[in-house]
Amino acid sequence: MAHGPAKGIGRWIFTTNHKDIGTLYLWFSFAMFLLGGFFAMVIRAELFEPGMQIVRPEFFNQMTTMHGLVMVFGAIMPAFVGLANWMIPMMIGAPDMALPRMNNLSFWILPFAFAILASTLFMEGGAPNFGWTFYAPLSTTYAPPSVNYFIFGVHIMGASSIMGSINIIATVLNLRAPGMTLMKMPLFVWTWLITAFLLVAVMPVLAGAVTMMLMDVNFGTSFFNAAGGGDPVLFQHVFWFFGHPEVYIIILPAFGVISAIIPAFSRKPLFGYSSMVYATAAIAFLSFIVWAHHMFTVGMPLTGELYFMYATMLIAVPTGVKVFNWISTMFRGAMTFETPMLFAIAFVILFTMGGFTGLMLSIAPSDIQYHDTYFVVAHFHYVMVAGAVFSGTAAVYYWLPKWCGKMYDETMGKLQFWIAFIGFNITFFPQHFLGLAGMPRRYADYALQFADWNMVSSIGAFIYGAAQLLFLFNVIRTIVAGKPVTEPKTWEGAEGLEWTLPTPAPYHTFSTPPEVK
Amino acid sequence: MLSKAKLLFARMLVPLLLLSVAGPVMAEKTRHWGDLNMTRGVTDVSRQIYDLHMIIFWICVVIGVLVFGVMIFSMFVHRKSLGYKAANFHESTTVEIAWTVVPALILIVMAVPATSALLNLYDTTEAEMDVLITGYQWKWQYEYLGEDVSFISELSTPESEIYNTADKNEHYLQQVSQPLVIPVDTKVRFLVTAKDVIHSWWMTEFGVKRDAIPGFVNETWARVEKTGTYRGECTELCGKGHAFMPIVVEVVEKDEFATWLSEKKAEVAAIRELTSKEFSLEELMTTGEAAYNRTCAACHMANGEGIPGVFPAVKGSAIATGPVTDHLSIVINGKTGTAMQAFGAQLSEVDLAAIITYERNAWGNSTGDVVQPIEILNFKQGQ
Ligand code: HEC
Ligand code: HEM
Ligand SMILES: [Cu+2]
Ligand SMILES: [Cu+2]
Repeated sequence: MAHGPAKGIGRWIFTTNHKDIGTLYLWFSFAMFLLGGFFAMVIRAELFEPGMQIVRPEFFNQMTTMHGLVMVFGAIMPAFVGLANWMIPMMIGAPDMALPRMNNLSFWILPFAFAILASTLFMEGGAPNFGWTFYAPLSTTYAPPSVNYFIFGVHIMGASSIMGSINIIATVLNLRAPGMTLMKMPLFVWTWLITAFLLVAVMPVLAGAVTMMLMDVNFGTSFFNAAGGGDPVLFQHVFWFFGHPEVYIIILPAFGVISAIIPAFSRKPLFGYSSMVYATAAIAFLSFIVWAHHMFTVGMPLTGELYFMYATMLIAVPTGVKVFNWISTMFRGAMTFETPMLFAIAFVILFTMGGFTGLMLSIAPSDIQYHDTYFVVAHFHYVMVAGAVFSGTAAVYYWLPKWCGKMYDETMGKLQFWIAFIGFNITFFPQHFLGLAGMPRRYADYALQFADWNMVSSIGAFIYGAAQLLFLFNVIRTIVAGKPVTEPKTWEGAEGLEWTLPTPAPYHTFSTPPEVK
Repeated sequence: MLSKAKLLFARMLVPLLLLSVAGPVMAEKTRHWGDLNMTRGVTDVSRQIYDLHMIIFWICVVIGVLVFGVMIFSMFVHRKSLGYKAANFHESTTVEIAWTVVPALILIVMAVPATSALLNLYDTTEAEMDVLITGYQWKWQYEYLGEDVSFISELSTPESEIYNTADKNEHYLQQVSQPLVIPVDTKVRFLVTAKDVIHSWWMTEFGVKRDAIPGFVNETWARVEKTGTYRGECTELCGKGHAFMPIVVEVVEKDEFATWLSEKKAEVAAIRELTSKEFSLEELMTTGEAAYNRTCAACHMANGEGIPGVFPAVKGSAIATGPVTDHLSIVINGKTGTAMQAFGAQLSEVDLAAIITYERNAWGNSTGDVVQPIEILNFKQGQ
């Protein structure tokens, strides 16, 4: 039973160990993050000045599409699945994930999905160019031939996510250590459990949408083709029925990470644990019934418009509860500000700003002016980059010592934080101005009055991009040459079963379940 | 301990003070950096939207100041390095209820003006005139319903400015061949649709944004209170020309509009006259080249070679060098299910004849065929 990892490359290909698979997910997602980041650099370089300088408009559209797809499905989602793999068994006192072979499969199909997607860049007619939201009929009747590969890729990603979620649900519901009741689980486990249910519910909807596209493109059906009696607006409803829960799939596990880090560095228990759980569940429920707030300009009937406006405004309530709870946790704690805490605090501030713009966007009449402008781009980067990506980075710094038994360099970590924080804000804050002043999104070129802020934004993007290279450097340096650490608890205030294990965490942990009181 | 906290505060204060001095100076300086905020616009609706935007913005600012204020205070005072000892409270049902209920109440207050703005925005009744707006890849068509006036409005910024071989003019990417003209103080109903993919017609100053969706006709409206030239853009990704299909609306006095409309009608009649005229090959080639570059080159490219895999070449193509009727048919009727539009409804007979003649004789497609406008008319009527 207690054998170590296999030798050589076979260890990684055939592994059923949750830590190995977690590691694979994390490295894969980082590779995708760099690839998607490269696409973003192309976009920002082209938008540095008015006029077309570097790429042609058709290629620009391929870049925005690939950037969005790679970041959402390749970078953010796998990163959190990787964290779930590493941490959930250790947090609930389980020896491994419940379905280890499926775990291997759900990871190993991902590289194929993204290889297929990336290969479209080299095809005749180019890569998908219809945006990550792939609205029909631009993505069906008017799509480049590579759309079939895109659909195949999305199917594989969906299958991977569904398998990953089933595994998480099975693990959390069945493998908890004795005494680990649901209401004792760390919030990271709670948020992932709820996320997994969201994924199982909406990934099939996405699969349905792309399958109907496949039919329209190749077999002459007209699901989304008005000329054949179909309905292009139906596509948007189906897409956002998946798409809005998707944005919470991205952010809920990030909430979980932050709910672990803030108490640790405040040396004070999380404020309002049970209300955090209920708020998460409320957000998850609401996320199913607000999708058409992405469609305030399609010409819905007045009553539909009103309903989706009211429902969307409601989401701000449980989201607010979360923020208030984090701040109350910090209040009268004894705080220190190591790198994970810096990222967590930045998360709270910047995510809240994204929440504020979300609230503004939910006001349907105002959304008429904001919709499809850079204001929306700013909104979702505040929630997805400063939200999900910052919390992912915080998680890596927080748990890295536990994973590899080495301590990262605090100065370098802080340096990365400040470059990322400043770079991020220089990039995305001016985009609020651009959007309000009237610059639409997904524009390859723009009018002169938008020139100055675009240049600022591009400079910020290059700074932010550089911070990611520093991140890579920090992580590798830690693994190769970090100061060894051995005490089980790396952080004074950290709580939870993972910190009762030896450091670095052995290949197999909790072969006999711990007792939770 | 406290003095240490004070020191930290003092250190924070310096940048804050600097910022508060620099802020207004910057604001003055940044004037040419374009607008930082939403426009108030020139219609009732756009002002309502602006007001809502400012209310919700200030609500967010107030909440933000409170929440971040507590947080930043805490970050400076409740530090381990200052010897602060952590408290251990972690629950309070009262507080939880308070911060659930209060935001909910604020939202209800917010929902009231938002609802009334939406009611106004949706009220398309009692319009004094109707304009049908049709989006195409990558231009707009405006049709004055009941007036028999209709024209295409497309980007007029030259390629040379886009590809940086000439200096960019003041209205770079925000100028069109023919603006939409509407009268001031008149409730105009816009019927918005598209013929290929989804576009979106956005005129910021009017507070109007409606998606143009093939197979649907959306309604919206504006009563503009100030004459002038207004510029907007397409806001739904519609392919490679998405950034290159701006909207320009000229709002003029009512009598000026009446004059414009009758001139426009006369123009339409004059173009119809030309249909029966006989043109020489040279004439058709010159007109054709210009019209081709304006209308077709976006996809088939100026050299006729298209973009492999997406838009076919016309140079040496079977249709452009084969039977004339096939060529007429694809250009006039388009090909459903592809990006090739039906140009019969967009272009005049003269332009169609010229373009087809041009395509059949340019780039080495030397068929020698000459297509006259009357043939186009006959073809249209014959089918
Ligand atoms: C929005 C892009 C677009 C524009 C603008 C456009 N076309 Fe096309 N055109 C296409 C596509 C796509 C096809 C291929 C249709 C098919 O699949 O058969 C095509 C096909 C053709 C063909 C047949 C080529 C062949 O041999 O297969 C001709 C001729 C043609 N177009 C002429 C024109 C003319 C004339 C204009 C301008 C008035 C024009 N097109 C404007 C997209 C466009
Ligand atoms: C307070 C909570 C939130 C509210 C009320 C809210 C509201 C909205 C609204 C109304 C839109 C549509 C804007 C438009 O297109 O005109 C939108 C867009 C978007 N939001 Fe949020 N949002 C919230 C939080 C989040 C979170 C947590 C995420 C993800 C982590 C997120 C990600 C996105 C994305 C990706 C888009 C743009 C999608 C696209 O068109 O490409 N939002 N949001
Ligand atoms: Cu949403
Ligand atoms: Cu467009």
